Amino acid sequence: MQQNQRINNEGTGQSGGEYLTFTLGSEEYGIEILKVQEIRSYETVTKIANTPDFIKGVINLRGNIVPIVDLRMRFKLSNAAYNDTTVVIILNLSNRTLGIVVDSVSDVLQLTNAQISPVPELVSNIDTKYLLGLGTVNDSMLILVDIEQLMSSQEMALMDATGLEAA
Amino acid sequence: MAIDISQFYPVFFEETKEHLAEMEHKLLLLSVGNPDYDQMNAIFRAAHSIKGGSATFGFDDIASVTHVLESLLDKLRKKELVLQTEMIDVFLDATDVIKEQLNCHIKGISSDPAPAAAISKKLLSLVENTDKTAPKKLAETEADDGFGFFDDDISLFNVAKASATDDDFGLFEPINVAVKKSKISKNIKKPLVVAAKKTTTHSVSASTPIVEPLIGRRTTDRIDSEATTIRVDVDKVDKLINLVGELVITQAMLTQGLNNAPPALLQALNSSLAQLERNTRDLQEAIMSIRMMPISFVFSRFPRMVRDLTLKLNKEVELITIGEDTELDKGLIERIADPLTHLVRNSLDHGIESPQVRKAAGKPAKGKVTLSAMHQGGSIVIQVNDDGAGLNRERILSKAKERGINVPASITDDELWNVISEPGFSTAESVTDVSGRGVGMDIVNRNISEMGGQISVNTIAGQGCKVTILLPLTLAILDGMTVSLGENLFVIPLNSIIETLQPKIENLKSVAGEGAMVQTRDEYLPIITMHKAFNIETKVTDPTRGMLVIVEAHGKKAALLFDDLVGQQQVVIKSLETNFRKVNGISGATILGDGTVALIVDVPTMMKLGQTSTGNKESAIKN
Repeated sequence: MQQNQRINNEGTGQSGGEYLTFTLGSEEYGIEILKVQEIRSYETVTKIANTPDFIKGVINLRGNIVPIVDLRMRFKLSNAAYNDTTVVIILNLSNRTLGIVVDSVSDVLQLTNAQISPVPELVSNIDTKYLLGLGTVNDSMLILVDIEQLMSSQEMALMDATGLEAA
Repeated sequence: MAIDISQFYPVFFEETKEHLAEMEHKLLLLSVGNPDYDQMNAIFRAAHSIKGGSATFGFDDIASVTHVLESLLDKLRKKELVLQTEMIDVFLDATDVIKEQLNCHIKGISSDPAPAAAISKKLLSLVENTDKTAPKKLAETEADDGFGFFDDDISLFNVAKASATDDDFGLFEPINVAVKKSKISKNIKKPLVVAAKKTTTHSVSASTPIVEPLIGRRTTDRIDSEATTIRVDVDKVDKLINLVGELVITQAMLTQGLNNAPPALLQALNSSLAQLERNTRDLQEAIMSIRMMPISFVFSRFPRMVRDLTLKLNKEVELITIGEDTELDKGLIERIADPLTHLVRNSLDHGIESPQVRKAAGKPAKGKVTLSAMHQGGSIVIQVNDDGAGLNRERILSKAKERGINVPASITDDELWNVISEPGFSTAESVTDVSGRGVGMDIVNRNISEMGGQISVNTIAGQGCKVTILLPLTLAILDGMTVSLGENLFVIPLNSIIETLQPKIENLKSVAGEGAMVQTRDEYLPIITMHKAFNIETKVTDPTRGMLVIVEAHGKKAALLFDDLVGQQQVVIKSLETNFRKVNGISGATILGDGTVALIVDVPTMMKLGQTSTGNKESAIKN
């Protein structure tokens, strides 16, 4: 179902729908709510050797070993502190489960297509191809991330190269 | 009664496969001169069950072949016919044909009728022979036994009855008798396909009223076997295993959490906690044992293979299997079959010499290949042993040089094995359909190490070759040593640990200023500094203050430097790859008693990683 929705979105260039919004530093981000499994507080992770620093490690999620990615480090935000509001959003992407660390979770918002504008070519640490668009809510900007694309990208090194080929 | 019988197809397919395997197994055991009639009866019953099942489900092609097969078997078991070697050959061919037909049905395609017709003809010719040799006897049997060979030719009711147990067909006899007499002579000479067709049409009109009692009968017949076993989806069992693994962890968490409880409370709970621990452990063991299967599931395929191959290769080989009841995990059973097949093929093709050569060498003309399995500690040991020529060192070494592999002349057996299991390595002069492409041993090595097993080889020129495979009992649970490194805990599989020690300064050596080594028991072992390999910060960088874990893999040893030993425990192996990816030097993860994740060290790759970084002598051999 999620798959279908994405295809639809791509086909029409429309990205309207419900988004979970969260903050990274001073920026507000949004991801499709359907990809979110649950939200947890940050707990100690088991580090994995020789991985990029934004891969924090793995946690035990009710018996499953789930990798945790710090999105703040991935987006090269300077201040990646772990405090009481630091949360982990557990995502379900193409049958894989993974968690992303964000500063805080804000809201679930319904965005119409009219509220979403395309991303201008900008200088950014994130390739614009990983962004669905920019949402405007009450005069503030929401960066809509195509979390599935981002997490399955090669540079994330979250999956085996062979797994990527198969997918 | 509108029942969709296709829902029973999978059960039929499974059962038929088992029956075929049993038939094949028993056929190979039959000795021509002095056949065991119990075995013969068992073969007959298997054939009969297949026929019954296939006719019930409308797989007429299978039914017709098995029918002729069964007819001949029936005569054999009634001693109307003397067993001959060629019969066994034809029977085995027939099982192959049926297997093929079955596979076609499983895939839902129609089978090629040609082989079926050919084998039916072959079988029929054997039946006809009997007809000439013992016509009188036939008539007698028919009179005294309602379940003669002829009943089946005529009525499909018998066929539809999948009774695997007995001769009494009570219910159906009257009908059979009525038609029987007139058709005997006609049917017997006709190709079977026609006969089967005829019977089908014949039975339709009369079948309706009988269906119900027939089904009732079927179920009662089957209760015996189904009451003792049930077929369960492996996924369900795996889910149970996973759940019970969680339970064990939760129980450990509970115990740990209560350590800080007030003493009075602790005392009150202590005995129940102990009981809980015992119960969870028993439960875990019981559930794990569901997945255990005897290794005979794998071994049973070899007699046939050896027979076929020896005929093809013009060799004489006796196959001996030992310890067929040894149980191991179903997952392992499935994955050990391929490597073992390659090893046995290799033994037959390269190991065992031709009878002439063997005689000239003063050995019995008949070669011997022994397959054995046994428990040893927490592992399963499987050995493939042949009394053939052994590995040909010179040829392997010269072939290795040709391929540019640098090998010293004084290579050990295990290192020799590493050479032959290089992808594409083969000493065979020509590629045959038996072996020679050089993929076999590569597959063996890869499969075994994927299962967490180890291979070692012993070979004596002219006397044979012994390949020993050491496998963990199960894929899901591992006996591990927990070690600490900085703030992290790691688990090292216990079966790869030889010893642990804290080295003295005088035992630490270095070569050319780098590449640290430790001297232990007159050996120099390379030290792999784990905190460097895993890039982890730790206060313990001096080996004399840390702990060296001596590990062995592929016949090589190394010392892994960790901070300290924590303890020994059984851990449930979890895949990292389900949600993440393969990590070099890590074979999986597990959840510890406090709910945190610990990574399991993959000793063989760790040693490889260590070698490339320290660049010691052994890596020079490999590269």
